[in-house]
Amino acid sequence: MTVHVHLFARFRDAFGTDAISVELPSNANVAGLRSAVAAMKGEIAALLQRSQVAVNGEFADENVILKPTDEIALIPPVSGG
Amino acid sequence: MIRLTRDAIDYHELTESVRRPGCGAVVTFLGTVRDLTGDQVTVALDYEAYPGMAEKKMAEIEADTRSRWPVGDISMIHRLGRLEIGEISVAVAVSCPHRAQAFEACRHAIDRLKELVPIWKKENSADGRTEWVHPQPS
Repeated sequence: MTVHVHLFARFRDAFGTDAISVELPSNANVAGLRSAVAAMKGEIAALLQRSQVAVNGEFADENVILKPTDEIALIPPVSGG
Repeated sequence: MIRLTRDAIDYHELTESVRRPGCGAVVTFLGTVRDLTGDQVTVALDYEAYPGMAEKKMAEIEADTRSRWPVGDISMIHRLGRLEIGEISVAVAVSCPHRAQAFEACRHAIDRLKELVPIWKKENSADGRTEWVHPQPS
């Protein structure tokens, strides 16, 4: 399946776009998405490790199963305020 | 009231929006763009948000703050886009019956906002370098 992942801040700059499509096995989970994204661009692997993944507007645990229709985003450490 | 805005923050209006007859205390916090971070000279910050989720998290912080203190009203607003030194990036106003509650509630809301809300700043340095701020856990 293909999932679409929204990118912000340093992730967006690294990929040069505000969203990417990622190929995953069906029933892949958040941990699987992390591995796939890190494999696409090694330079962001360290930042990805200390980032969260949001699924449908909520921070998601590693074992959450993804669907192609989910709204998915990588949330690097926040710095608002 | 929860809002993300690209316009200058009117903190007088924000403060007025939370005033209530039953509240003898109003605390307004303003976050402003600082010119120095360590020894790094900053000329401007660019703020961006994940809009739907940022507003949702701010609404959760409002509900959490209301559940812990006798809040009359609370307003939180965060600015997005390019901000120069001294401009207001964030404002939180809280009214409560008494001042200790209002100070604590306002502190709680801004602390949680900085911890949880998906908003990011990019520092534009005097030497032309730019860098997204992604803090290490403290």
